[in-house]
Amino acid sequence: MLELLTTIKRSDFMSDITVGVVVFPGSNCDHDTEHAVASFPGIKPVMLWHNDHDLQGAKAIILPGGFSYGDYLRAGSIARFSPIMKEVIEFAQKGFPVLGICNGFQVLLESGLLEGALSRNRDKKFLCCQTHIRAVNGSTIFTSLYPEDELLSIPIAHGEGNYFAPPEVIERLEEHQQIVFKYTDAGGKITDEANPNGSLKNIAGIVNRQGNVLGLMPHPERASEKILGSLDGRGLFESLFLHIAEV
Amino acid sequence: MPYIAKIKVTLRQSILDVQGKAVDHALKNLGYRTVESARIGKYIEVTIHETELAEAERIGNEISQKLLSNPVMENYSLELVQI
Repeated sequence: MLELLTTIKRSDFMSDITVGVVVFPGSNCDHDTEHAVASFPGIKPVMLWHNDHDLQGAKAIILPGGFSYGDYLRAGSIARFSPIMKEVIEFAQKGFPVLGICNGFQVLLESGLLEGALSRNRDKKFLCCQTHIRAVNGSTIFTSLYPEDELLSIPIAHGEGNYFAPPEVIERLEEHQQIVFKYTDAGGKITDEANPNGSLKNIAGIVNRQGNVLGLMPHPERASEKILGSLDGRGLFESLFLHIAEV
Repeated sequence: MPYIAKIKVTLRQSILDVQGKAVDHALKNLGYRTVESARIGKYIEVTIHETELAEAERIGNEISQKLLSNPVMENYSLELVQI
């Protein structure tokens, strides 16, 4: 298990850095994410209601997990047209960091900020369990503090996490090291048995070509406190916050 | 006279349809031996207040591509009926 990183210190900042957490109707991991974000010194989470247009000076945006708009039509498809998404998409296109967790990943795919789609889990089940994933690309702004190829224990909770993309997209993702997280077994092996939902290539998370938009199905905010059984998700937040503190 | 756009959204053949598979198994369990497979899709009706068929068709296609279906994993068909 990853040791608690202490890279970020309050003295690194002149004043608190704001990180926006978008709240869609039906988001249910928004406050877990807020709680995880607030546990980092110098970082102040601000909740951004989906109907607003103001990102309130946030230096990074997180789209949390949940069931935005009840997953009606397709997971993430209606949230993608929420008023605030216009600003989030522009923010991402300018190169600022956007992180989508679970339903947030689904929203990023629907919005076209990331390529591919997520369909129903291979075994029809809603899966809520601890999984092992490997940070196969440790050089992104979201993973820079993880040692190369780090094995992480982070839970998943989703019914539609089966990542799919046409072969040419998969090729492109591989060519540009855009696959960031892969499901593995407890020993870190990338096998079909360790693939919980049928995702192509065991993909658990991808980043866009520019490297500033990451989407993943596992929940790092649920692995960010000792009492939750794993601290492995902290490295993701800490990498991101270190990046925005340096910019 | 407005049109009703009748839109059917189906998963592409290459995408595993787990709901269809479950229904297919249930039908076989019910004894329907000639049932070969089942696929599940969505049916959506949208009323469009346009008088020109061409314009109603343009809107029907646009909303199907933009919101009602995800071209990465779904196909759609559109039928327009005047009401």
